[in-house]
Amino acid sequence: MTAETGIGARVKRKEDQRFLTGTGRYVDDLPLARATYAYFLRSPHAHAKIKSIDTGAAKAMPGVVEIFTGKDTADAKVGGLICGWVVKGKDGQPHKAPPHPVMALDTVRYVGDTVAMVVANSADEARDAAEAIKVDYEVKPANVDLAKAFDKGTPEVHAEAPGNLIYDWEIGVKADVDAAFAKAAHVTKLDLVNNRLIPNAMEPRAAAAEYDKGTGNYTLWSTSQNPHVLRLILSAFVLGIPEHKLRVIAPDVGGGFGSKIFCYNEETMVTWAASRVGRPIKWTAERAESFMTDAHGRDHVTHAELALDKDGKFLGLKVDTIANMGAYLSTFSTAVPTYLYATLLAGQYTTPVIHANVRAALTHTAPVDAYRGAGRPEATFVIESIVSKAAAELKMDPAELRRKNFIPADAFPYQTPVALQYDSGNYPPIIDEAMKMADYKGFESRRAEAKSRGKLRGIGFSSYIEACGLGPSRVIGQLGGGVGQWESAQIKFNPTGNVQILTGAHSHGQSHETTFAQLVSDKLGVPIENVEVVHGDTATTPFGMGSYGSRSLAVGGSAIMKAADKVIAKGKKIAAHLMEADVADVVFEQGTFKVAGTDKNVPLGAAVFAAYVPHNYPLEELEPGMDENAFYDPSNFVYPAGTQICEVEVDPETGVVEVVNHTAVDDFGNIINPMIVEGQVHGGIVQGVGQALMENAVYDKETGQLVSGSYMDYTMPRADDVPSFKLGNKVTPCPHNPLGVKGCGEAGAIAAPAAVMNAVHDALAPLGVTHVPMPATPQTVWQAIHGGK
Amino acid sequence: MYDFAYHRPKTMAEATAALKGKPEARPMSGGMTLIPTLKQRLAKPSDVVDLNGIKELAGIKVDGSGVTVGAMTRHADVASSADVKGAIPALADLAGHIGDPAVRNRGTMGGSVANNDPAADYPAAVLGLDATVTTTSRTIKADDFFKGLFETALEDGELITSITFPKAEKAGYMKFPNPASRYAMVGVFVAKTAGGVRVAVTGAGPCVFRVKAMEDALARNFSADAIKDIKVPADGLNSDIHGSAEYRAHLVTVMARRAVDQANK
Repeated sequence: MTAETGIGARVKRKEDQRFLTGTGRYVDDLPLARATYAYFLRSPHAHAKIKSIDTGAAKAMPGVVEIFTGKDTADAKVGGLICGWVVKGKDGQPHKAPPHPVMALDTVRYVGDTVAMVVANSADEARDAAEAIKVDYEVKPANVDLAKAFDKGTPEVHAEAPGNLIYDWEIGVKADVDAAFAKAAHVTKLDLVNNRLIPNAMEPRAAAAEYDKGTGNYTLWSTSQNPHVLRLILSAFVLGIPEHKLRVIAPDVGGGFGSKIFCYNEETMVTWAASRVGRPIKWTAERAESFMTDAHGRDHVTHAELALDKDGKFLGLKVDTIANMGAYLSTFSTAVPTYLYATLLAGQYTTPVIHANVRAALTHTAPVDAYRGAGRPEATFVIESIVSKAAAELKMDPAELRRKNFIPADAFPYQTPVALQYDSGNYPPIIDEAMKMADYKGFESRRAEAKSRGKLRGIGFSSYIEACGLGPSRVIGQLGGGVGQWESAQIKFNPTGNVQILTGAHSHGQSHETTFAQLVSDKLGVPIENVEVVHGDTATTPFGMGSYGSRSLAVGGSAIMKAADKVIAKGKKIAAHLMEADVADVVFEQGTFKVAGTDKNVPLGAAVFAAYVPHNYPLEELEPGMDENAFYDPSNFVYPAGTQICEVEVDPETGVVEVVNHTAVDDFGNIINPMIVEGQVHGGIVQGVGQALMENAVYDKETGQLVSGSYMDYTMPRADDVPSFKLGNKVTPCPHNPLGVKGCGEAGAIAAPAAVMNAVHDALAPLGVTHVPMPATPQTVWQAIHGGK
Repeated sequence: MYDFAYHRPKTMAEATAALKGKPEARPMSGGMTLIPTLKQRLAKPSDVVDLNGIKELAGIKVDGSGVTVGAMTRHADVASSADVKGAIPALADLAGHIGDPAVRNRGTMGGSVANNDPAADYPAAVLGLDATVTTTSRTIKADDFFKGLFETALEDGELITSITFPKAEKAGYMKFPNPASRYAMVGVFVAKTAGGVRVAVTGAGPCVFRVKAMEDALARNFSADAIKDIKVPADGLNSDIHGSAEYRAHLVTVMARRAVDQANK
């Protein structure tokens, strides 16, 4: 297609017309006749026994249609929510899987746990009635401090997981690592906490469900990143509604960052209850509910040690991590601190032996699961923090130490000691470019200038690797993953020549409607305005896995390319018939079938028309119609990599850290729409800066109350907290997918925290400060400088 | 929110009448605190008396001795007022940094001062400038107005009508914002007026307060250096996840110095 709309063009987003004019359609916008509204009564306690629930007075309140409690769902044999990834511990046993009822039965286990569901004629009436429900709680001591979760005497969250241990898992050979450490000239040790984050999607979670008594069909509209997977879980494990009788629609969804991958209580209850009350039910989370009950992210306590030889070559890495699971295992929670974390601990380096021990803990806090990067930011933070600390201890340039240990370009494909095989990459030119863009050479003069203004300036590196676009399915299955990792696509031409791309991926901010349209426009020569992307509805799109883990383009886009190849193959046969040529002589160029060496040609549109109006058509050999679908299962992960360099200025009087420069050079493989990729990187960096300097989910360690339960106390990064970013890119195409693409959705958030924190440590080094906990809030930095209080 | 009776009086007399004899009635000016509180069901007033229809309450007047700001004057109007900028630039600057544009175009000075949120900005200016609060029944000096956490000298049904600030020879305000809410975690207003030097601190304690030791030092020498070693005790200051009492105490000195520098510019 034309260069203006094809692969590599900065095409403006098709979806922005509706998003910027307020005409997007979200779950809460849905008009449903005779709708009722749900309100969930939630536990005010982190840990309590429910002695009794009295709904009598509440049921008599105006507008109340029905009230459900855990007893009702248990009596109706509603299944519990599942964890879809089985991680086997050191003992070879599957992880402990305590029950996760959709409504609390006799115990509540975190502040926000679901106690009752009120359905009423209006949201206000539902809430009024919820306030009239009398719950008699026997409050019990809570287990909130992750570092103490396994201690003797810590209250247990579930009897099924003695000592709060979900699994004790390892990767790598400990004896080999110990042997490497015995030969080390230097060992760098690091203790760190990866702070807990709350996702804060702009659109809160919402669900609406309708039951059609005539057909027995259910429809659930949900803020889901993966409607087919949600349907599968609800059908096969939780509600028992056959898949073909349940339609799940995820319309416009305003951000997910992982938090909308999972199957939650509320959407389950809304669906289940819709048939009981015989009217549609709508529910939209209030912001306070989002803070309390969206699956949180990160939350690790880690000790790491890096062994180096006298020249600074890495000899081995040891990592010991406690990962917080919260009070119940969310859908993919178990995989995040294992297969998405410890398998990444080689980073960009040739570290020959690595051992990681991960213990997953239950606590009386909200469930923790995948959040933008999911395990990979945690891994990057460990590696890039300890590498920079080693450089400081050895008085080496941090870039030089990295360069000395980079996997060389000629070593790809590279087998790491932690299972992954990196397919492609070339790291030295990335850091070179980043240093040039960041003017690393000029840094010391900028530091001196800042000092003259009373500011401490520091610079920090983060050279990250990530594994995304998970696959192949066979390997994921061997590792305990409960789902396939392919993606589907359907390219459906209409007789008049315009196209619908139906994808199993889901866009909730990723711009699929533009990027995917560019692919098809470019490949098939159809004007981009004649391409429509359809997603998010199990009734109209082929079964798909949805969007998470930076997979949409690498896996979903590859499926689209496969379907497009089928369109071209069929089109060639039609064109050969129309041109009375041998199909072997037909070529497809810029939207037109041609016979090489002649002026015969058939535009794709003419072939499509012939397929739908097959008056002159090889019906004996070829089916009519032009509607091709494809499934693509990746043969490996994709491995985006890059280097970020952050420069900060610290005000030593107040502890305020200002990010004054931030450079990111990434290798995302081939790039379809640079503007969209830059937007993804911008957002990712801001989330990473947020984690490094601001965001922190804080529970009171005694009571388990969520202290940072609103924007009054949970610090979100804002536009004026960051400078304009300097972005660059280098390309090593992915060798195993048809587009040569990697993934860009999570990279910014994966790399940024370490870059920022390393810069903060560099800035404070002249004061003798060696450790600043994350997030480096003003108070935290001031305390680090002044040693306490 | 819970149900309440809504009134929109056009005059002060009507407003006073609407509030009279109703201990659970609440006046509403900008609603920047009341509306979120209602939405979260943290307040259950019997009546809400909306003051936005009373035209006489808004406006800025300046005369030889100072500036009088009507209670219903929006922060944005204070921030952009040529009269305020001319007489007390620090007050205009303070108003221009309250909340965000939406808050500044809705929130009012009277509402903020009557609410006396411990982290609000205006109380620091009122106390720091030794302003006079005029109400429906009397005038109250700043020193007598702010009583404690969300507590003022206002009686039930008594409404602020205006606040009069004396002209300042020098004045400056420095705020250290709470990283999350961006309310003042510590805000210090320093002023030198005909009445002397004042240093008022908001955000740090349960209620805006003065720092006499700094006032005395600045009266002798109005420079940042004069107060650099003066510490306020941490005892009794606010403490939360964003700032311990010790950190806040430290910031009071830093912000006071910077406010003096600002005032001397």
